[in-house]
Amino acid sequence: MNGWPALDRFLRADPRDVGCAEAMEMLHIYVDVVAAGEPAEQRYPGIAAHLSACGPCGEDFEALLAAVRDDAG
Amino acid sequence: MLVVGRPQDASCSGCSSRATVPSAIMLALFLCPAIRKSWARAASSLGVISPVLTRSDICVSRSSPGFASLAHQAADDALVAVMAKLGRFRGESRFTTWAYKFAVLEVSAKLGRHFWQRPAVTLEAGQWDQLPDRLGLRPDELAEHAELLAALRRAVAEDLTERQRHVFTAIVVDGVPLDALVVQLGSSRNAIYKTMFDARRKLRAALAANGYLDDDDPGCS
Repeated sequence: MNGWPALDRFLRADPRDVGCAEAMEMLHIYVDVVAAGEPAEQRYPGIAAHLSACGPCGEDFEALLAAVRDDAG
Repeated sequence: MLVVGRPQDASCSGCSSRATVPSAIMLALFLCPAIRKSWARAASSLGVISPVLTRSDICVSRSSPGFASLAHQAADDALVAVMAKLGRFRGESRFTTWAYKFAVLEVSAKLGRHFWQRPAVTLEAGQWDQLPDRLGLRPDELAEHAELLAALRRAVAEDLTERQRHVFTAIVVDGVPLDALVVQLGSSRNAIYKTMFDARRKLRAALAANGYLDDDDPGCS
């Protein structure tokens, strides 16, 4: 039974999730990989899992990526 | 997509009457020229590096005084943080990406403190009637999922530790941004996220055990 997909997805805790500390430690490296168009999710699955689940870290990722792309633009 | 601790409709009473809390993205875009200029001055005086100032005309016309003040504070603090960590740069990324990271993290920390000092959202504990909306449930689906909602509430009360219950209720039920809760509890983002991570696993396991959710989550044990 699963009639509430959003709740189901929200409660699923990905065991690959590295947590905030490691994700933020590696964020600049991850962002450069993404900005280069390389498969960051495959190379760093634990960081990708975290950034998709953690709101604040996901926003930091988007902000840093935007800044890097702004630089390149 | 629903994620842990992202403010849904949080407002800041200090910026303007109806201004949404500036997103980290907007602040970061505003911040970059500011930090580049500060960086250029400081780095040049130290003879360390001469960053290229590529684009300084980011539009800030939409920013409120609170927004600009927050960004400038973050820029100053980020510059201090970066200068203090210069020796730790190991060349694993572009230098500017590494440096901007500290600006972004300063912005996040400041947003959390800013929110907590001037919360415009109602911070009454236990706003369970808001939960269906926060979890993406339409009003016409409420009756259908009333039993599941009651089971979730029961699991929160019975299966979580006091700490997990407090964090889950604040973030998910009351909509407090995770970074603001970090400030309130004097904790770290990592610790609060881990508490939420464990709470999510427990709640999913409880709901699956009672047949409310599919029991196919590899993260559940």
